[in-house]
This record gives sequence, C-alpha cells and structure tokens, in this order.
Amino acid sequence: MVKEIERAGIPVVHMCTVTPISMTVGANRIVPTIAIPHPLGNPNLDFEEEKSLRRKLVERALKALTTEVEEQTIFEE
Amino acid sequence: MAKIKAVHYINQFFAGIGGEEKADYKPEVREGIVGPGMAINAGFKGEAEIVATIICGDSYFNENIEEAKSEIIEMVKKYDPDIFIAGPAFNAGRYGVACGTIADAVHKELGIPVLTGMYVENPGADMFKKSVYIVSTKNSAAGMRNAVKQMVPLALKLAKGEEIESPEEEGYIARGVRKNYFAEKRGSERAVDMLLKKLKGEEFVTEFPMPDFDRVEPEAAIKDMSKAKIALVTSGGIVPKGNPDHIESSSASKYGKYDIEGIKDLTKETHETAHGGYDPVYANEDPDRVLPVDVLRDLEKEGKIGSLHRYFYTTVGNGTAVASAKAFAEKIAKELLSDGVNAVILTST
Repeated sequence: MVKEIERAGIPVVHMCTVTPISMTVGANRIVPTIAIPHPLGNPNLDFEEEKSLRRKLVERALKALTTEVEEQTIFEE
Repeated sequence: MAKIKAVHYINQFFAGIGGEEKADYKPEVREGIVGPGMAINAGFKGEAEIVATIICGDSYFNENIEEAKSEIIEMVKKYDPDIFIAGPAFNAGRYGVACGTIADAVHKELGIPVLTGMYVENPGADMFKKSVYIVSTKNSAAGMRNAVKQMVPLALKLAKGEEIESPEEEGYIARGVRKNYFAEKRGSERAVDMLLKKLKGEEFVTEFPMPDFDRVEPEAAIKDMSKAKIALVTSGGIVPKGNPDHIESSSASKYGKYDIEGIKDLTKETHETAHGGYDPVYANEDPDRVLPVDVLRDLEKEGKIGSLHRYFYTTVGNGTAVASAKAFAEKIAKELLSDGVNAVILTST
C-alpha cells in the first residue's frame, strides 16, 4: 500500500514496529514504532505520558516527510 | 549412520499456548515434539528425530529480534542438531519473519543446515529466500499435510549433506542461485525452440527469469508542512465501532473510508479494530494507539500541519493478498490525489 500510494505521486511515511518488513515491502520513509499491537502508544504509561510519546513519534513522521531521501531511510530520531 | 537429530521452532499458536493474547510469549524449549512437529517426526519414519522444540511468541520475536535470536541460538546449541526446522508459517507474517530470521541466524552462527516453509507472499519469504531453503506452502494451515510432505525429504537431504536439486524438483522457493549443467540441446537450438513456441502463442519456460525489483522512487519532501494536507491510512484495521462495512479480520477483501470531521480523539466508544492478527485489547481501549487522530488534531490546531484530511482509509493487513492491497491502494491514492492530499502517514501493526 505504501508503495502504490507513493507511486501515484504522494510522499508516504510508514510507521511500523517491524521495520525489516517495511524495508522488504519497499517503503522509502520509515519511522519505527513501539510495539505491534500498539505502534503509537504504550499502555504502561499514564495518559499524558502516552500522548506525548505518540506526539513525538508523529512529529518524527512529519520530519521524515519534510526530509529529502535518495533511498529507503529509517528515521530513528 | 546414527539417527539424525532435529530441533524444531514453532510459535505460541502452533504450540497450543494461545493466540494473539500470548504473542509476547518468551522463548522456551521443550524436550521432544510439540504441535506440527508430530507430523514432521512421523514423516521421518525413524530416520531422524525431533529432540527438542523451541517455542516463541510472534510479537516477542519481532519486537525483540536481537534478544530472541541470541536466546534461541543458545537453546539450539545445547542439542547440537543435524538440522534446524522452523515452521511452516504459511501466510502468517510475523511468524514467517521469525522463522526466516532464526533459521538464517542458526545457519550463519552454528553452521547447521536449516529449513523452513511458508507461502510465497509471506514477507519472510522475500527477506530470506536467498539465504534459507524455504519450502513453498499454501497460504493457510490447511496446507500442513502438503507442507510436511515437501519439508521432510528436503530436511533429510540437507541434514545428510546431499545435493539439493532445483526449486521445481524439491518444492522450495527459488533462491536465485545459478547452477551449471549439461543440457541435451545446445543454446542456439533451445533459443529457436523457445522463439517458435512464443510465435505460435504456446507456453514456454524462460531459462533466465528476470528478478522482480519493484521499487518506487522516493517522492520529493514536503516543503512547508504548515500548509500540507495530511491523510491517515492504516493496515491496522481501525474502523468505526461495530465495523459498519464488515471488513474481514483476515484476508481482507475491502478497505473502508471514514469521515473524521469534527472528531478530535478516537475513543473506545467511537472506534475499534477489526484486525484479527494482533491482540486487539490496546487498540480497542484507545484507537489513537494505531491511528493517531488526537495528536494530528493538536498539530493542526497549532498550525504545525496545514490540515488533517477529512477521511481516513483503513484495511486489515492480516494474510491479505498483495494483489488486493495493491488494488486498494491504487484506488485510495487516486482519491487522495483528487482531494489535494499532499502527504500520507500510513500506520501498520
């Protein structure tokens, strides 16, 4: 899905936990996430902490979208 | 020759420990045979024996790849097996990646022959077909009997160090290895034969299939995020409560498009997941954990992004055929383009 959307001309950032799969699938901008059942959250945190963690990850995704890449890139920070 | 010793790797599901709620199960070794090992061991007809079975949860493995790898390698080492067998994993993505990863690691670090089995669209197949023998299986566990029938003789051959024939003969996924052999007819004759068949519209088999490198060039970056319209897409199955379009929990045949105008936060009252391939407890409790609408609304309000697109798109990426996913995304992309969306955040579980 990532690839087809990008092929159509829209930049995509893929947020997922198992980044090797994302690499195989062919995503160009990848942001690693927390865990498979809760990629953008962590139920062990309290609500505010969890939301700020999610915000950090989404901001990283936005950063990825504003960064030119030549090849598949994983944005660890 | 002494009896061949095999160690078998399976996930929590095939071990009968549990489904998604047990997917974080840590590696454990059991002396003897568990689950699908029964059929494999029976197939060995006394020539080989599964001496130990290693069980690991699929999520645990994929979320802790390095730790899981080294823990499992230590376990395998103790039994000094002649062959290491993983799976078969059919079309279970995380299980396939786990089988491929651990088989590859056991082979590289311990020098033991390894074998696994999975469906050709399993992401683990693309990742490891070059380094590991992967028997090509059906896409569901209904193909267990056939898978075992193919895996047993190949496992015995690998353990004995015998020559492995071509992918077609042995039933494994082509590894991209070229092997010299003496053909009965010389090249020019074979080429003309092939050409004649092609001209007549008959079937022919190429001797040099082209590798399929389907890569898409990265799109240019967004210059000004504060003016960009961002859309959310997910394969994590987030849907309005009640799953109004009945998106299937696995092998999805459709996607959904849902209006989030005026919605600031996804909650357990409004949304849930339809995905059957991961423990749904956390996503159902707070769907923002998969589809971060709450945070994007904040960013929209603060002017960090131009706007959040009025609709999100969703499907269930669980054993879903690659061809289906491709078709969904082609349609979705067309709509996004005509709606003036500048960039997409796609989340996966």
